[in-house]
Amino acid sequence: MESPARTFAAHAARGELAHQVDAAGLPLWPPQVRGAGWRVSDGHGTVHATTTVRRAGEDPQDLSLVDLDEGVRLMSRVVGMAPEDVRIGMRVRLAWDGEVPVFVQDPAPGAGAP
Amino acid sequence: MSGAGVAIAGAAESDAGQVAPGLTPTDLMAQASLRALEDCGLDVGDVDGICAASTQLPWASLNLAEALGVHPRMGDSTMAGGGSPIVHLAHARAAIARGDCEVVLIAHGSTQRSVGRENASVQEVSPWEAPYRPLLPISAYALAASRHMHEFGTTPEQLAAVAVAARAWALDNPRAWTHGKGPLKVADVLQAPRICDPLGVRDCCLLTDGGGALVLTSAARARSLRRPAVHVLGVADATTHRHVSSMPSLTRTAAVESGRRAFAQARLTPADVTCAQIYDAFTITPILFLEDLGFCAKGDGGPFAASGAIAPGGRLPMNTNGGGLSYQHPGIYGLLLLVEAVRQIREGGHDVVVAHGNGGVFSAQATAILGSEATA
Repeated sequence: MESPARTFAAHAARGELAHQVDAAGLPLWPPQVRGAGWRVSDGHGTVHATTTVRRAGEDPQDLSLVDLDEGVRLMSRVVGMAPEDVRIGMRVRLAWDGEVPVFVQDPAPGAGAP
Repeated sequence: MSGAGVAIAGAAESDAGQVAPGLTPTDLMAQASLRALEDCGLDVGDVDGICAASTQLPWASLNLAEALGVHPRMGDSTMAGGGSPIVHLAHARAAIARGDCEVVLIAHGSTQRSVGRENASVQEVSPWEAPYRPLLPISAYALAASRHMHEFGTTPEQLAAVAVAARAWALDNPRAWTHGKGPLKVADVLQAPRICDPLGVRDCCLLTDGGGALVLTSAARARSLRRPAVHVLGVADATTHRHVSSMPSLTRTAAVESGRRAFAQARLTPADVTCAQIYDAFTITPILFLEDLGFCAKGDGGPFAASGAIAPGGRLPMNTNGGGLSYQHPGIYGLLLLVEAVRQIREGGHDVVVAHGNGGVFSAQATAILGSEATA
């Protein structure tokens, strides 16, 4: 049996955010043994819940749960903006911090319609 | 009725707050156990079942058996976080009802204040959450609070009302860690340093040493002992997840399920409950549980708390010792919820008291409904 975490990491190394589906085709997260197949997310999602983590001696950081459009919810971080400005319901898209999936606001703040 | 015939005969707490140097979690479990046996007039030699939990002792029931010199026929170290002792109550009730054993000690002990929380409560972090560095468990509760505020309009002031009520109770309790600290105002809670928005320092439970123990036996035997029997009318637990990123709904917990089954066993409803001990690890936790257990409608937990209903003089006295927020919080608070529920039935004039425990990050829920002799 191959480690589900290793399969995820192999996708991530290629810049792909992969998740599993179960035997009925329903999306699964996190990667786990009962997964019945893998899908690659298109990287779009919505902030479901958010907090700003304040550690002594560090800059505040966002911590959010993001609902991918494919139907999985994962813990992540919204970057590229002040953590206090992250809002529930905000649209986000995948970015990478190394091989760790993070998210940015979509469209980017200030990017107005043409 | 599955709960018929089992009762809490003895209840006691160990030293608490900051205990004497060198004391261990097992020492505190043993001290509380001996006090609980003394409370009801039984002897260590009568004990044939032991349930125990501590974040510091994965094999807690074995440690306690050894410390007491008991060779139990039934042992249980189930770890379901802060509500573990209520899960133990369910298991012990079943074991007694089956005839596997007759007298069960349920105990907990912690020295987390003395040894430091980082040593006492090692967090098992999911590899799928670790890269984002959540501060656990508070980050998980903050995420749930953010969602509750978004869906239902719950306010920081309503969260603060939970901490304010807890302190008001603690001012009447000389054993409370915050007894001498004076009242807490909503503004104090809101102005305290933030840790994980919307939760600040005063939205978080205390970190103290402590422990407790209960003696559980048949109702018939409990009635023959020196203290009034406190009957286990219903007890049930339910689990939905381990990590917050797998929580099915951030605003609806497994307390819906544990409460429904516990009330069904007791053939009672929330309207029959006159006093509640509801796990308050953070100010958001009892708000969700008051809703999920049926004391108010879903989404109304904030206004319910802010109305004064749970404070001294309110219509549902809650966490009457000061709770985890202002009394003591030795890592696993569930045992102290049960001890206070017993005290309210014995001495507070209440006939039906609910004790609701929470484990992990809203992960495992356990509800006990305890009753006086009049309810048995």
